[in-house]
Amino acid sequence: MDLFSEIFNFSDYGELLYLVRNSIFAGAVLGIVGGLIGTFVVSRDLAFAVHGISELSFAGASAALLIGANVVAGSLVGSLIAALLIGALGARARERNSIIAVLMPFGLGLGILFLALYKGRSANKFGLLTGQIVSVDDPQLGYLLVVSIVVIIALLLIWRPLTFASIDADVARAKGLPIGAISIGFMLLLGLAVAVSIQVVGALLVLSLLVTPAAAAMRVTASPVLTPVLSVAFAVASVVGGILLALGSSLPISPYVTTISFLIYVVCRIVGRRRTSRRIGSLA
Amino acid sequence: MGAVLSVRGASLAFGDRTLWHDLDLTVESGEFLAVIGPNGTGKTSLLKAILGQQELTSGTVEVAGGAANVGYIPQQKMLAASVRARDLVGFGVSGTRWGFPLPRRGDRQRVDELLAAVGATAFADEPVSVLSGGEQQRLRVGQAIAGDPSLLLCDEPLLSLDLAHQRGVSELIDAQRTTGAGVVFVTHDVNPILNMVDRVLYLAGGTFRIGTPDEVLRSDVLSEMYGTPVDVFRAHDRIVVVGAPDDHGDHH
Repeated sequence: MDLFSEIFNFSDYGELLYLVRNSIFAGAVLGIVGGLIGTFVVSRDLAFAVHGISELSFAGASAALLIGANVVAGSLVGSLIAALLIGALGARARERNSIIAVLMPFGLGLGILFLALYKGRSANKFGLLTGQIVSVDDPQLGYLLVVSIVVIIALLLIWRPLTFASIDADVARAKGLPIGAISIGFMLLLGLAVAVSIQVVGALLVLSLLVTPAAAAMRVTASPVLTPVLSVAFAVASVVGGILLALGSSLPISPYVTTISFLIYVVCRIVGRRRTSRRIGSLA
Repeated sequence: MGAVLSVRGASLAFGDRTLWHDLDLTVESGEFLAVIGPNGTGKTSLLKAILGQQELTSGTVEVAGGAANVGYIPQQKMLAASVRARDLVGFGVSGTRWGFPLPRRGDRQRVDELLAAVGATAFADEPVSVLSGGEQQRLRVGQAIAGDPSLLLCDEPLLSLDLAHQRGVSELIDAQRTTGAGVVFVTHDVNPILNMVDRVLYLAGGTFRIGTPDEVLRSDVLSEMYGTPVDVFRAHDRIVVVGAPDDHGDHH
């Protein structure tokens, strides 16, 4: 029972809840960001790019930690550099994947170097890789919220052309949409989203927030309205649920977030398979 | 009525290889022009030049009413992401609209009209990925005519469709002429659309010929273009070209 009480412990829960109310709020906003942008990450086939950006974001954050600068700002700089490089050099999927594969270990290596040089609290180091929202202080929460809101509003403003360009690029180009500019603009938003998500789940687990919820939603619906709505609901449930479960334990929140997000995906796959087989059955 | 597309003195060369030069072409409202010829003769490049995606080496392209007045039908291919039939058509209605994605009054009705016009109402809410190639191309027609274009550009829209669907989709494209749209139809096989075509632009051997199918699709004309003896046979409303140096696509 010792192990169980280490993973789940709900004594003094009300008090703790009050202490972390800001984190829960920030987590919900990050869930909205991850759920919304995730639908485009999946339809543009950028899951690997998310991983690549997150490693350079990690390098930026650890550099900031080392020199005593703002970690969120460092994370943003790393993310945006990676997003621009991947967007500018990797227009085609195959080129993109090899560029990401080149950047990713370089970023991770830099990050490890900076952390090795850092003499501060080791919890800070671990947090960058595996998440630490509860330990994020108020000014940083402010940063996260501002960046998140910018991403959400920008995504909504370009929503329709971005959807058209992501799903049906040839025709979108023929209709005169600036495909290249949309692509770079999206990469920048993705860079911002990755940088803020890293603060919650850490560089290694960003995919659980930026890909898994959207992928799960797409297993159960093809509707352009229901997909982002479900994706956001899944992402928010994962982050907020993860924070609430982790509250009583001494463990980081990321295993809770990733597990919830994974379970939602598994359920959606099962429900989705039933739905598909019924349709094929009715067509036959 | 009037010209919906004018191409004047157009030339396209990649390096020292000239695909075509001094091309003058006018497509009238309601006219059906087929662009045919072997691979690598610049059929698709011509479409791209009309769309403004390919710069000409010299000459001009003018589309009446500008690019917004062009409907584009691509060849059938699987989309990477899952969307419903109505959403693909919806891209034609509101896909280029910037700003918050709030539904505008009449959008849904317009999509329903377009779905009905191309016979796609029955599968409107199905994901495109479960539809046949012919059904997908019907949606492409609906998507392309959403803005009431005066010019329809079709890039091999019948490729990989079976004969019944080839007929269905090409008749649907042909029907758009009644509203005054001009059609430019790039294809490697003219037979499925032979009875609809007003004029043919034949590209081969660095030259071109424009005229009715009877004027262009003849043994002497094609032999001269290819610079080698070529025989053109007509049988039962089908044309068979024998002896062209490149695969001419009449082996279906």
